[in-house]
Amino acid sequence: MAKTPNEAQPFADAEPVAANGLLHRRLFLSGGAFFAGASALSGVLGARPASAQMATVPDWRKEPGKSFTPYGVPSRFEEPVQRLVTVRAPSYPSPGAGSSRTPLHLLEGIITPSGLHFERSHSGVPDIDPDRHRLLIHGLVRQPLVFDLESLMRYPRVSAIHFIECAGNSGGGWAAQPPVGFVATMHGLLSCSEWTGVPLHYLLEEAGIDPKAKWILAEGIDAAAMSRSVPLDKCLGDAMVALFQNGERIRPEQGYPMRLLLPGWEGNMNVKWLHRIKVTEGPTHTKDETSKYTELMPDGKSMQFTFPMEVKSVITRPSEGINMQGPGFYEISGFAWSGNGKIKRVDVSADGGASWAEAALQEPIASRALTRFRLPWQWDGREVILQSRATDETGAVQPTRAELIGSKGIKNAYHYNGITTWEVRASGLVKNVWA
Amino acid sequence: MFGRKVLLGGMTATALVAASTALAVDPPKLGQPAPEMLIRLFDISIPPDGTGLPPGQATAKQGEAVFIARCAACHGEKGEGATNDRLASGVGTLQDEIQTFKTVGSYWPYATTLFDYVRRAMPYNAPLSLTDEEVYAATAYVLFLNRIIGETDVINAQSLPAVKMPNRDAFINAYAPR
Ligand code: HEC
Repeated sequence: MAKTPNEAQPFADAEPVAANGLLHRRLFLSGGAFFAGASALSGVLGARPASAQMATVPDWRKEPGKSFTPYGVPSRFEEPVQRLVTVRAPSYPSPGAGSSRTPLHLLEGIITPSGLHFERSHSGVPDIDPDRHRLLIHGLVRQPLVFDLESLMRYPRVSAIHFIECAGNSGGGWAAQPPVGFVATMHGLLSCSEWTGVPLHYLLEEAGIDPKAKWILAEGIDAAAMSRSVPLDKCLGDAMVALFQNGERIRPEQGYPMRLLLPGWEGNMNVKWLHRIKVTEGPTHTKDETSKYTELMPDGKSMQFTFPMEVKSVITRPSEGINMQGPGFYEISGFAWSGNGKIKRVDVSADGGASWAEAALQEPIASRALTRFRLPWQWDGREVILQSRATDETGAVQPTRAELIGSKGIKNAYHYNGITTWEVRASGLVKNVWA
Repeated sequence: MFGRKVLLGGMTATALVAASTALAVDPPKLGQPAPEMLIRLFDISIPPDGTGLPPGQATAKQGEAVFIARCAACHGEKGEGATNDRLASGVGTLQDEIQTFKTVGSYWPYATTLFDYVRRAMPYNAPLSLTDEEVYAATAYVLFLNRIIGETDVINAQSLPAVKMPNRDAFINAYAPR
């Protein structure tokens, strides 16, 4: 029953399932329609007339290409695909305390290339010699132990795809005015990798856990010796000492030679350059779990130890700076994720939340991993308000910004998971707005 | 040869939790006993009860010189903030409509965190360069700037955990173990 796509306007005759041209998610699957649509799409979007140049054989067809290289890098034409780094004056005294952001708007699928994984450090990236690195486990244990890398490499390993999201990601959402810039400006402290390492419980059990123990302190050996307290039950569950990221050893910016991986929990807790674990009775109340990464509520109280990152989604195409190229067919696409499990569904609205169409979820849909969603859209060229709303397998639904602020106020600074709203203007410009 | 269950357990982290109790063979035990010296060198974390605080003591009066020389460039002479965090004042601003200042004095629940953090990470440009006496001194000075202690109060392993921070009771532990 595949429809014959109109060449210039694929799906022009498809029935919308929600206002302003949102189409059924399964249209993508209906036979050849999608591919026909995709090729017609280049006709609409590319808008480059066939020129005389296209009718000549390009140079690279006429001579052999470059020979083999030991480590490949992206095409030189992809140079703009870079992390967003804040430019500081050379005199700025603490350039290593801060972050760089993943260019979410320029990526596809769910895996973040390792060199584009967001960075957050409190005193720069250390240059660690793996032969001199040790992991110390002590405190409330039967036998304090020290592990070198060579011995850790001999344990059984696990691999899993997980996002890491800074607890301060999307923090611009708490501000009175919406941040201006690419989607990464507000949401780019978010990345997703395949992590491989040793389950932490093997090492803790080897040291022998005292029955009084309820927490650990995990510490890095960077110049900030960044440290966080983690409940023991997480450490005995899915926590791992990660050694590999996307098949190769973890990048220096991500904790080389090892980091703690706590699937779904605040990025800051996934302690990089991990060198010490102290098993304790209670939390240590470090700077980064008191002064920072605590949620100040409207009543003046602060919620401490709010570990999982809540259900959330954002449309990356279109998004601010990824503008429209005239009326016609588009694929709306973005990321959804939850620190509490798998994404169950994502709904998209093109009328500011009055009507919703369910988006298609791209496999794989993994627990505590980014999930890619897609929805076909026939844009008629008029101003629309685009939103996405994620629901996870626990039934938690991403709140609107108004709902979030209604319960948490505006001074929270962390864990912002409100719905993102893109205003698509008739001119094709896309702007971040508060709905 | 590894037992089959070990390899099965390796498939996913969650599967592994379930499988871990039923491992056909135990994972290897390759950790070396940690020498006491190593633990002493690296065990620098200080919980609210003050366990592990080193000997030494200082007053805010002694701390002023340390602070001006080693901290003020980034945090301001009176801890009012410069290129980096404001460390003082802001009490009563947590619910302010216009501006909130979360500082050591207005926000931090425990004074032990200040000693722990300054000793592990400050000054930013030269961590581990202060003596324990100097860390006590800088700690005392920041507490004094926040009017939490007097200029001549002695801060040491006994008195520091006893300092009652103004915002101590405002923190709620939100973690519910599953
Ligand atoms: C070269 C600049 C620099 C100097 C000098 C410096 N600091 Fe800092 N300080 C920083 C930076 C940067 C941070 C934030 C680090 C981070 O991101 O975790 C910080 C954070 C702090 C904090 C935590 C603030 C908060 O509210 O979370 C305290 C307390 C502190 N410094 C105390 C000191 C003391 C005491 C000294 C002197 C012994 C000192 N600092 C010297 C740069 C500096």
